[in-house]
Amino acid sequence: MRIQRIESKLVEENKNEKIDLSLLDPIIQKYKNKKGSTIPLLQATQQIYGYIPKDAFMYLSKHTGIKTSELFGVATFYAQFRLKPVGKHIVKVCHGTACHVQGANVISESILEALQIKDGETTPDGFYTVESVACLGCCSLAPVIMIDDEVYGKLTGKSAVNIIKEIQLKENN
Amino acid sequence: MKPTKVLVGLASCGIAAGANKVYEKIEAIKHNEKLTFELTKTGCVGMCYREPLVEVIDDTGSYLYGEIDEQKITEIIEKHIKGKEPVKEYIVKTDLFENPDDSYWKNQVKIALRNCGIINPEDIEEYEQYGGYQAIKKLINQNIQPEQVIQTIIDSGLRGRGGGGFPTGMKWKFAYQSKSEQKYVICNADEGDPGAFMDRSLLEGDPHSVLEGMTIAAYAIGATEGVIYCRAEYPLAIKRLNIAIEQARKKGYLGNNIYGKQGWNFDIYVKEGAGAFVCGEETALMASVEGKRGMPRKRPPFPAVSGLWKKPTNINNVETYANVPYIILNGAESYNKYGTEKSKGTKVFALTGKINRGGLVEVPMGISINDVIFKLGGGIQQNKKFKAVQLGGPSGGCIPDYLSDIPIDYESITSTGAIMGSGGMVVMDETTCMVDIARFFLDFTQKESCGKCTFCRIGTKRLLEILTRICEGEGSEGDIELLESLSQQIKDSSLCGLGQTAPNPVLTTIKYFRHEYEAHIRDKKCPAKSCKKLITYTVIEEKCTGCTVCAKNCPVNAITGERKQIHFIDQNICIKCGVCYTKCKFEAINLS
Repeated sequence: MRIQRIESKLVEENKNEKIDLSLLDPIIQKYKNKKGSTIPLLQATQQIYGYIPKDAFMYLSKHTGIKTSELFGVATFYAQFRLKPVGKHIVKVCHGTACHVQGANVISESILEALQIKDGETTPDGFYTVESVACLGCCSLAPVIMIDDEVYGKLTGKSAVNIIKEIQLKENN
Repeated sequence: MKPTKVLVGLASCGIAAGANKVYEKIEAIKHNEKLTFELTKTGCVGMCYREPLVEVIDDTGSYLYGEIDEQKITEIIEKHIKGKEPVKEYIVKTDLFENPDDSYWKNQVKIALRNCGIINPEDIEEYEQYGGYQAIKKLINQNIQPEQVIQTIIDSGLRGRGGGGFPTGMKWKFAYQSKSEQKYVICNADEGDPGAFMDRSLLEGDPHSVLEGMTIAAYAIGATEGVIYCRAEYPLAIKRLNIAIEQARKKGYLGNNIYGKQGWNFDIYVKEGAGAFVCGEETALMASVEGKRGMPRKRPPFPAVSGLWKKPTNINNVETYANVPYIILNGAESYNKYGTEKSKGTKVFALTGKINRGGLVEVPMGISINDVIFKLGGGIQQNKKFKAVQLGGPSGGCIPDYLSDIPIDYESITSTGAIMGSGGMVVMDETTCMVDIARFFLDFTQKESCGKCTFCRIGTKRLLEILTRICEGEGSEGDIELLESLSQQIKDSSLCGLGQTAPNPVLTTIKYFRHEYEAHIRDKKCPAKSCKKLITYTVIEEKCTGCTVCAKNCPVNAITGERKQIHFIDQNICIKCGVCYTKCKFEAINLS
């Protein structure tokens, strides 16, 4: 698998949290008995919970007839699917060729250093998850990062850290 | 008098550079002051290094403004739109007078990108105004038979723009010859190469041209359904595609009895990828569309015989389809007049890396790499020395400076050990370490290997381990030979293109930059001064003025020192990013 996500304390705490599986009913209705719908089904599930909870696999399997092994096999094959909860905001640091040549490593290291976590980890307060991604396709603005759906380009280690801190400051106030 | 038109380039990279804010500002001013000019969104103009871009078209001509922010746009509206006086200092392109950036456009021929940055991608009417959907209508009105369509594509010399370079017309012919009630056309928009964004820009800038190209393919082979497999990392492309499909359905260009032709049913839908590079391989892609793990399978049978859901299927890449309507409308000669004997037409490249003018360019085949880098791209950043150019992403290789006068065509590029690829062109200068580049690509392919073939799954991992060791100064004699033999084995024993080409970055860098490998292994030195384990940054005490610039810019606070006192870099904290080295005005940082 591409991104190794490391469990934080927050995840441990979340383990006992009950999730509302009935939220899945509309998407099951939509995709049930449609051929080739495994991926959209999982994508829709992740859209609801931010990740694919263990119980959701069972529930989906029971109501669509797709084997759990098949669902799990697909979910672990593709980088997009998460099996663990993530932080409120996801910081994707682009490590495409152009960004690599322009110093993406420095951006990653600076951000991780500032947040005191490792790649793939979530901050203890559950605010940020930082992960390295292959290419965001904004090569001419390299090096870039993407926070949620917003892309920030032409960064330096310092400016990247500033962006991250600013967002946190803004939301905390 | 035509109303003044203002276009804002709103592709992903434009938005990242702040084009949305500029657009909102224009909208606000227009609304507040009740101005009458026409404001539209457009796709990627191609001049990515000047983003955000705003084009103003009035009676006197067209003016493209670059690097626009909210302040500059206010000035432009004031002086140009209201005062009729263009703001010369912000103009990066106009037909009316020469501009230093003109050489960026001079050698370009826009066929696939013909509408990008010109039309509003979310408006089917604009596409039609620029000749859109005329090609398919021509086929139907003149009752041109599928065989003839296929022959035109064969005559045009169009080859697969996804990287393989297989003649498109032949592919169509095979699919046409397969007899089946149900056939599929698939558009491969799973642009996974790191460092490439041609397909994204095309889909964001001109989605209808791809839909039209697919419809023509469907007409030619007799397909009933089309699928666009687009990577999930391109949300804007997916959004615009869906808008385009919806508009085409309303016009009767997709759906049942399309173009008024009784019994011709053809529809297209978008299938979102879920993040797997290997799904760019056609058999893996089809497995993914079917909802399975995206693992490639053995060929034959080829998709043209047994593809999606075991039905005959034609798969082409985004750029290939975008060329099709142009060829059908203007004839094969209009396309094959460009290019070389075996590689016809044009190719889109995403020009990035250490280049002055990075962006999206479309050049005729046969142009030399040097011309692209120096004439179009304006040379290397900060006047550094050009070292190599990487073509074809993880499947490609690095072509050194002394070979860069070769023409860009499939055969010449392949002869260097690289591949044409889908169009990523990453320029590297003297500060790029070639061993590190090979390590970077192997890190990528190793993670993306689907795991089916042992040599790809484990072989790439071993290659990566050896390369990492060399980069960290732990390499030993015999490593280069080991890399070479292992690379050959991976090439020979892998099922799909991913494994077969994964060693290319290693082999080409060894071929052309063997001395860099030797320096890492024997002298424990990185000639490009890039491998972190092999370099240190220190303050040259005699030169340090204590200006504190380095300390302020250090992202990890590794530098300490009072104002006007000599500074000190703590090697335990330093992440070797080199910011101090580039920021110091007194050359007081030593890199060794």
